[in-house]
Amino acid sequence: MPEDVLSQIDEKVKNNKVMLYMKGTPDFPQCGFSAHTVEILRSYGFPFATDDVLANPAVREGIKRYSNWPTIPQVYIDGKFVGGCDILHELHERGELEPMLKAAFAK
Amino acid sequence: MITPEEIKQTLARALPVSLVETQDLTGGGDHWQVIIVSSAFEGKGLVEQHRMVNDALKVALGDQRIHALSLKTYSPAQWEKLGS
Repeated sequence: MPEDVLSQIDEKVKNNKVMLYMKGTPDFPQCGFSAHTVEILRSYGFPFATDDVLANPAVREGIKRYSNWPTIPQVYIDGKFVGGCDILHELHERGELEPMLKAAFAK
Repeated sequence: MITPEEIKQTLARALPVSLVETQDLTGGGDHWQVIIVSSAFEGKGLVEQHRMVNDALKVALGDQRIHALSLKTYSPAQWEKLGS
């Protein structure tokens, strides 16, 4: 049931300070974009939760509907959609990612 | 696959672009990195900027002529700052 998937996603997004939907797992990413996203997040040392969309086709489609964003990986910080690999990379380079993470974990 | 000209024309029809630079990442014509400078990006967040580009290229993304798209979007002011 698609609505069930969306509410499962919503719960994970809201219950984790940082939630990453990716292909594969942090130690065994199955796509270069997911791997790079993990690398960026790990560089800050804050914990993050992940979900492997390849393990669940309903989540793979559901997450695209949830954010109205066509691609995976997708990063959520403090319950809000932040972007995919390109945007995370850009925020990282601009120095805007660390304040976002700090603010989320300060709460 | 899609040509750089098609990408540029499609974007120019949808947005007031002042610069579009394309790079074919694999040589196969379907994995692209595109740099876009547009006044329409002024004051908007990155998610919104990328959404505008994805929307403009929706058809080519949907029929897989573009399989992977890596974006760098800038407002004219941001772009100028990068160059200086």
